[in-house]
Amino acid sequence: MKRPLLRSCREISALLLAREDRKLSWPERLVIRVHFLVCEACPRFERQVLAMRGAFDAWRAYRDD
Amino acid sequence: MADQSDYSEKLHAMRPTLLRLAQFQLRNAAWAEDAVSETLLAALEGAGRFAQNSKLQTWVVGILKHKVLDQLRLRRRECEYEAPADDDDGIEERVFAADGHFRELPQHWETPADALQRVQFFQVLEMCMDALPGQLGRVFLMREWLELDSEAICQELSITSTNLWKMLSRARLRLRQCLLTHWFDPRTS
Repeated sequence: MKRPLLRSCREISALLLAREDRKLSWPERLVIRVHFLVCEACPRFERQVLAMRGAFDAWRAYRDD
Repeated sequence: MADQSDYSEKLHAMRPTLLRLAQFQLRNAAWAEDAVSETLLAALEGAGRFAQNSKLQTWVVGILKHKVLDQLRLRRRECEYEAPADDDDGIEERVFAADGHFRELPQHWETPADALQRVQFFQVLEMCMDALPGQLGRVFLMREWLELDSEAICQELSITSTNLWKMLSRARLRLRQCLLTHWFDPRTS
């Protein structure tokens, strides 16, 4: 049975974290886009993940240089 | 000769910082000590190769990263790398309700305003990275400090990509929770 397009925040957040380390498949990218249409929390979580990305990059530069 | 002793002094002054970085990645004081000693030796022997127009710290940290990776290879048999069981630390339960929704709406995170706040933020970030369990910490820093890609980490540690991604996601979720508690949440500051 095919899985529904609408997933829980828990599943979407796992994909947003995974995206930091691997390329997502197009079905994975699609479920994120569909979920973002109906969810207020996950786009905010995405911004936090991006903020952490910036923080790690800045920390590495701070420690290395 | 004066130049040589000045160079040696600068290297010696870097030792605490190098040790801290190596300890971050290796999670073992003795291994970190070995990596730093080899780094300083290589930097002393390779003084002629150091280009004066680059920063000494950048050059030495570059050497350290190679020595740390050598240590990881050398000690691979002493470390077990297994993906954590699903939510073995209960972190997902703290973030998500039973229906899969966030327990609390994620908040906007302000970036540190100035240099002083930036340094304070990095101290909290390092504390959070230190708090990651050994395996997760090593794997996470291989990705974020040594800047190895997933394929290289899997090869170095002989683990599957699925296991690696699971570990990295768990590490990132734990770091988010730690930063939330110790930096971003106004109720705890």
